[in-house]
Amino acid sequence: MKRRFSPTFWLLMLPVLLWLLPLILIPHIDLLINSFKVEGQEGFTIQNYLDFFQNEIYWLTFVKTVAYAVGVTLLAFVVAFPVAFYLTKVVSPKYSAFLTMMLLIPIWVGELITIYGWMIILGDHGIINHFLMSIGLIDKPLPLLYNDFSMILGLLYMSVLFMIIPIMSTLESLDDSLIEAASDLGASKWTILRRIVIPYSMPGIISGSIIVFMLVIGDYLAPNILGGKSSLWFTEQIYNQFLSTFNWNEGSAFGFLLLAISSAIVWVILKLSGQKLERVGS
Amino acid sequence: MIRSLPNSALYKNGYRLYIALFFLFLVLPLLVISILAFNDSNFISLPWKGFTLDWFFANTDERTGLFHDEDLLQSIWISLLTGVAMASLSLAVGTAAALLFVQEKFRGKGFLYFLAIAPLIIPGVILGISILLSSSFVAGAIEKATGWDPEFLSPGFWLVVLGQFSFGATYVLLIVSARLKKFDPILEEAALSLRATRLEAIRYVTLPFLKPALISGFAVTFLISFSNFNTTVFLVGSDPTLPIELFSRIKFSSTPVLNAVSFLIVAVISAIAFVTLWINRKRR
Repeated sequence: MKRRFSPTFWLLMLPVLLWLLPLILIPHIDLLINSFKVEGQEGFTIQNYLDFFQNEIYWLTFVKTVAYAVGVTLLAFVVAFPVAFYLTKVVSPKYSAFLTMMLLIPIWVGELITIYGWMIILGDHGIINHFLMSIGLIDKPLPLLYNDFSMILGLLYMSVLFMIIPIMSTLESLDDSLIEAASDLGASKWTILRRIVIPYSMPGIISGSIIVFMLVIGDYLAPNILGGKSSLWFTEQIYNQFLSTFNWNEGSAFGFLLLAISSAIVWVILKLSGQKLERVGS
Repeated sequence: MIRSLPNSALYKNGYRLYIALFFLFLVLPLLVISILAFNDSNFISLPWKGFTLDWFFANTDERTGLFHDEDLLQSIWISLLTGVAMASLSLAVGTAAALLFVQEKFRGKGFLYFLAIAPLIIPGVILGISILLSSSFVAGAIEKATGWDPEFLSPGFWLVVLGQFSFGATYVLLIVSARLKKFDPILEEAALSLRATRLEAIRYVTLPFLKPALISGFAVTFLISFSNFNTTVFLVGSDPTLPIELFSRIKFSSTPVLNAVSFLIVAVISAIAFVTLWINRKRR
């Protein structure tokens, strides 16, 4: 093919290279290089990584963040699946477009504003405590905010919609007659769910899980605004290194560790399910 | 279980209750924010002390409404500019990438494509810090070599645009590719056989076909930019975008003016959503 040398080819290729090399490839190589350096010292060292493993607060936060991210992903699946099924298979099609649009609004409004909303709802003088106290059920506010509970609620809220949408898009193509046939042959709801609906929507579940996991593990706002002093999140450690203590090398090591663990987990999910990465985006 | 099958009343109502609770969970924060934007109180909490528009229009020592809050207005303006710049750049490059990856064959395509969709699985924080690292490295090197300080590479407006564009183009690529795969290449071949150049074929045949995807690509990236925090926070300079400004106020000095600006955004987004819904319904 001679066409690849045509000017039009280069007209398309050049901006793409200017995007991918200086903004994706080189910065991440830079990140790796910087993580092996220490301020005011020549050559490479693994000091930053040693620091990570020697300080309990760092690696414990890291382990906790990964474990919570896996937990929130599972929780999001449990919450999301019935909603996705309802919107595609149960509700009358008349309302389905409207309800689907409702799902998108919190996404487009943005995480910060919705997290702020939860802060107002859960606070000591928030809606829930105000309501419970005014009906006399409790006489001092329940500690709903600034703990792991509020943090997980916020993480779930901001990520669950990204689980629902990919599952909906696979369920849409599931032929109702498969379910009808199974039902006619005497299968219970649970059997239909387990043997037909879930296997069929697996690609959507995998995509949703990857997106949710990435969003949660890389999130900052929910842990920072809704979490308590003890609900440290690994991204907060990275922020601190870059924006408070200005130890960019240590921060780079943390960043690289986060990137490594999240890529590894995504890779395992993709390998186990045999799905392609590009499917995740669609 | 599905529309066409009979269900027990218990199952049906239980399921409906769950869905109702879920949608309550979904709208509750938006609703609460919006209502408290009109509360005649200096604190963002209940009790309800009556209706007021102070948090939009007041300009007294005690209360500064949104439309007199210079810093907030400025940050909204910066966010709009950032969004337009980032979405335009993402649209141009993402579309070029889609044409390249869907229609062309070349060596190293697999690797480049991997780089192009990698931002889907790179946390925004990581993109932010790695772009900050290399931009400050490059800026330092240029200044050392030439004595000229390339301002657009230090934290500020253009670095935010570049940082957000690094993943914005990925979304455009995916949206445009999806439509481009439905494109019948015979149309373009017809244009070429009628002696159009390849560029003319793209301009007059392919791009018009892609138009709906281009519009949604622009809208999506604009909205992503407008609400982005994780990447932006590392690249921002002395003029913050709206999420950065809101975040520091939430942390340090919150008054119901934050609810006023949030309400405005919720209202605009909801209006756009329902107009889109209405247009789609009419078209059908």
